Amino acid sequence: MGVNTNSILGGDGFLTTTIEAFANWGRKNSLWPMPFGTACCAIEMMGVFASRFDLSRFGAEVARFSPRQADLMIVSGTITYKMASVCRRIYEQMPEPKWVIAMGSCTCGGGPFDSYAVVQGIDEFLPVDVYVGGCPPRPEALIDAVMKIQKKIDMEGAPVV
Amino acid sequence: MERVEFISERSVINRETGLREENMMLNMGPQHPATHGVLRVVLYLDGEMVVKAVPYIGYLHRGIEKLCEHITYQQCLPYTDRMDYLASICNNIGYILAVEKLLGIEDEIPERAKTAEVILFELGRIESHLVGIGTNALDLGAMSAFLYCFKERERIYEILETVCGARLTTSYPRVGGLPLDLPDDFEEKVWNFLKIFPKTLTEVDKLLTRNRIWIDRTKGVAFISGEDAVDLGLTGPTLRGSGVPYDVRKAMPYLGYENYDFEVPVATDGDTYSRYLCRLEEMHQSLKIIEQALKNLPDGPYAADLPDVVLPEKQLTYTRMESLIRHFVLVYEGFKPPAGEVQHAVENPKGELSYYLVSDGSGIPYRMRVRGPSFVNMQALPQIVQGSLVADVIAAIGSLDIVLGEIDR
Amino acid sequence: MSFDLASAIETLEGSFPGSITGTVEYRGETTVLVDKKDIAGICRTLKESFGFTFLAELTAVDYLEVKTPRFEMVYYLHRFGPEYDENVRIKLKAAVTEDDPKIDSVTPVWKGADWLEREVYDMFGIEFTGHPDPRRILMPEDYGPFPLRKDFDVRNREASKLSFEKALDQDAE
Repeated sequence: MGVNTNSILGGDGFLTTTIEAFANWGRKNSLWPMPFGTACCAIEMMGVFASRFDLSRFGAEVARFSPRQADLMIVSGTITYKMASVCRRIYEQMPEPKWVIAMGSCTCGGGPFDSYAVVQGIDEFLPVDVYVGGCPPRPEALIDAVMKIQKKIDMEGAPVV
Repeated sequence: MERVEFISERSVINRETGLREENMMLNMGPQHPATHGVLRVVLYLDGEMVVKAVPYIGYLHRGIEKLCEHITYQQCLPYTDRMDYLASICNNIGYILAVEKLLGIEDEIPERAKTAEVILFELGRIESHLVGIGTNALDLGAMSAFLYCFKERERIYEILETVCGARLTTSYPRVGGLPLDLPDDFEEKVWNFLKIFPKTLTEVDKLLTRNRIWIDRTKGVAFISGEDAVDLGLTGPTLRGSGVPYDVRKAMPYLGYENYDFEVPVATDGDTYSRYLCRLEEMHQSLKIIEQALKNLPDGPYAADLPDVVLPEKQLTYTRMESLIRHFVLVYEGFKPPAGEVQHAVENPKGELSYYLVSDGSGIPYRMRVRGPSFVNMQALPQIVQGSLVADVIAAIGSLDIVLGEIDR
Repeated sequence: MSFDLASAIETLEGSFPGSITGTVEYRGETTVLVDKKDIAGICRTLKESFGFTFLAELTAVDYLEVKTPRFEMVYYLHRFGPEYDENVRIKLKAAVTEDDPKIDSVTPVWKGADWLEREVYDMFGIEFTGHPDPRRILMPEDYGPFPLRKDFDVRNREASKLSFEKALDQDAE
């Protein structure tokens, strides 16, 4: 994390770090997900928020359905062209910084539905940070994706070496 | 509503002042926490009261019926999971029964397969009602009921995982029976479930049934009469909550349901509370059916002995040429039902789910039509919310127990 | 008291002479082939005189190049019986030609036919005269082709993309 943990607080009583690292630590441990669930993956996502695979252990406690108060959009379920413009509009309503998880095969590349109404992957109109495959992915896979987002956030603002 | 005279859903004339007033148009969804998916409802409001509600669907239309016209009958099976994804196993069994009727092999399915399918079907019914009641409660603010219901759903997921490997989208049965035999610990797991689950049902019952707030928010809300319900084509607990005792398991029995001793709960008030009571009691009845089926689960073959339809055992394909060829032909071209058309209906937890299959004699269905109960049940929404408050619209949508995958297909 | 389906069909043939062109029995289902001009009248008679109060299914099939006329409307009607123990199901089929893809709506008979007919219009392009709200239901309102017709390719996403781009432009305004 870049924090100089020098026998914490029993020693000198202070830590040194950079502002980016501190902000990233705060952001990644308090992600406010916005569940954009449309189909079957939404049920597995509800399972992740429920008691067995609790996502609030990772700080993502506040699952807000309002995009203006969220920073992580979990798109789960098939996105059709009729719904795509709604999805894009919701994404644009989220304030920066924001991340997107594409959960499930349908969001990654259309899934089993290669038909006239389904978008073959939401990266046609949204910038995606983490893709999770599966139909539906196990809740552990979604938790792994959130952890990958946390790692990605850690690298924000870091100098490119 | 006597103080106003209607011109259209937007404008009314106030009789006292003679002035024209406009109703407010409120758009609910398609992204909304309480619409159970991507449903959009446009409400025209006079203050807090709903003058007219217009549902818009189609945001999850994936073209499943068209896709199924290009693949074999067996390959259509995973698509049926994804329609009513809250109880996928029920959709699967319904589809398999329809194909078996098309082939004319209903009498040759072994008893072990049929009994196992009944157990899984009723587990699916419990699964779906848990979500129905849980999300209905969550929308109205009772979050504990939602968490208890999902905890029990996890137990059912465990059982389904040992049987077929998947939690949610099962794709388990095959035409002619089951693909593999039931695992050895299946019966033990289901018996354990039968022991633990009634306690949760009692807890949910205690939380909601005599809860003052729940009763105030659901009694008298979203009323529909039995006659209107039949005219609209409603089925399932939505219909039985209005006093009409129609259940496909009793009306047109399949899978041996005529041999099981169970009752179909029917309520008479026709409101949200009655539908909730129907669903709760149906879960008790499902437990009864599962117990009877488990006691009578026979040993024996798990798939019919039909070389034209059922895949051979995997071990045989490694050593015998005929089995390998048979496996290849069945997977590549599919079995070929005689030309004709059938419809088969099952009692999905949401209502009557029926598949209408048209065969032209080849291995690929000519037309696969799914009549999803939620699609027809949704038509009732404008009628049942007329004149009620905005908060009651949420209760009404929850009580219809819709799933958008089935509405839009 | 069990319901006699055969005599009901005979009475129908008497009331609508020439409209009932045949009866088929297959896998336990009775199908009555009907001329489309009398479909509303036949449905109303079945509902009011014979008690088929429940419309179980309403759909269409496209028989492009397999047989003419091209489309076939399929109706499944269900009768509960006064004690809800009879449960008889009957199937009606009405042919609709490609040049004149119109048929009378049965929404005056059963309100539940509303969305089912809208879906048939959306997917096949068959128009229903007398329908209270003839709009597309599953595809966007400005969508062009009729997807479930056999001459429409399943992977043809052009019309959907057009509709999506129009919706994005509207949002941008």
